Amino acid sequence: MEMYFSKEHEWVRIKDGIASVGISEHAAHELGDITFVELPQVGKTVKQFEVLAGIESVKAASDIYAPLSGKVIKVNEALDGTPEIVNEAAEEAGWIAWLEPTDPGEVKNLMSREEYDTYLKGLA
Amino acid sequence: MENLRNTPLLSRHQQLHALLAPFGGWNMPIQYEGIIAEHRWCREQASLFDICHMGEFIFRGDMEESGLEDIFTFSVKSIPIGRSRYGFLLNERGGIIDDLIVFRLGEDEAMVVVNAATSDNDFAVIRSRLKPGVSFTDISAATGKLDLQGPLSRQVLVEKFGEQIAVLPYFKFIRTTLLGVDAVISRTGYTGELGYEIFLPADKVGELWDLLLADQRVKPAGLGARDVLRLEVGYSLYGSDIDEATTPLEAGLGAFVNMDKKFIGKEALQKQQREGLQKVKAAFQVHSRRSPRHHYEICFEGEAVGTVTSGVFSPMLGCGIGIGYVRPEIATLGAQIAIMHDKVTMDAAVVELPFYKGGSLRS
Repeated sequence: MEMYFSKEHEWVRIKDGIASVGISEHAAHELGDITFVELPQVGKTVKQFEVLAGIESVKAASDIYAPLSGKVIKVNEALDGTPEIVNEAAEEAGWIAWLEPTDPGEVKNLMSREEYDTYLKGLA
Repeated sequence: MENLRNTPLLSRHQQLHALLAPFGGWNMPIQYEGIIAEHRWCREQASLFDICHMGEFIFRGDMEESGLEDIFTFSVKSIPIGRSRYGFLLNERGGIIDDLIVFRLGEDEAMVVVNAATSDNDFAVIRSRLKPGVSFTDISAATGKLDLQGPLSRQVLVEKFGEQIAVLPYFKFIRTTLLGVDAVISRTGYTGELGYEIFLPADKVGELWDLLLADQRVKPAGLGARDVLRLEVGYSLYGSDIDEATTPLEAGLGAFVNMDKKFIGKEALQKQQREGLQKVKAAFQVHSRRSPRHHYEICFEGEAVGTVTSGVFSPMLGCGIGIGYVRPEIATLGAQIAIMHDKVTMDAAVVELPFYKGGSLRS
């Protein structure tokens, strides 16, 4: 299934009208050992690229931005006690939240996997 | 950026794909496989740290005649030969120029071990306080240092270097021959675990590193894990928790100051004892997995009362821990405080040190 990436290293995957959101494997690797994820409130509405959640690692604390506008309908509660799941599987089991997107067309502001890989090479 | 110095182990760190970063003017390994995995290995097995960046000085002469006895916050001549002592070099205001350990090598011989970033200045200050002509030499460049720390460290070293290590108590050392050269093995460290600091010529460090890492029980650990390990047991980090603007009394380290002897900075400390402290160190535990960090603000009843100097997520406690300086009335056990930064507020409580009490340090 198609994934889209933001410049701030979030990913989103839309299936049956629901957008699952997380941080990229690259971001998880750069953060190092993740020790805390501040999950958003279910019901919270966010605009694209606004702060959605927070994440802390041994090295740093960062914001996670919403790759799409929408309403939070579910959060990954497993991350409360075991945030290291994000290190182990950032783009699968380490998802952060599910959004009900306001406008799935906003993916045009994001990058495809290939574009994101090229973008990462430019950062290196 | 200034030119970073490399330890003799640089190529080995690169082969291990270590993340290297500047620390105290040195290009040092921060992590290998990951900070938390390295931290756990040290608490459960044995971890090897490259500590070649630290400074070592050799003093030779009469401890009293030379002025050495009056330089530190503790007496050097009263340290039995074969033992070491922790304490401070202070400025006139009682501020900490460095925290250090002095090893009593012989009747008229001592080794001073200091922090990397402060090493050059420490040497100049101590030199200036000694009488002219006294033998005092900076051997840092020629000296390598490896720390082997963790509950299995004794077993590993005894198997490799003999029973002489088995009987070493805490803060005692031996001078011995390792790999055909003179070395000092000291039962000291910075992790809260049973462990040893090994000093030997810099050109032999690589060989010792390889020998110890060949043991399945030993893994390398970087300065990232070392910082978590030391903070869990409440040890101060020079430059973060203590500095020239902080006295040992404010830092809660008065036990390492002998007020019955002469030393520079003593009058300032006596004045603090008479007039009371303006700030004191406090340790606190956060009520979540959030990590306090250097420079975050400490608040009490909505008012800013101090600053965090060290903070990490503690893998042993499963929560954020930190130390910082606050007004003395706040530093009471159980006081409920808040750690603030940007839009984040962490509720926390003042606790006693060490945070982690289960270490193998004295086993």
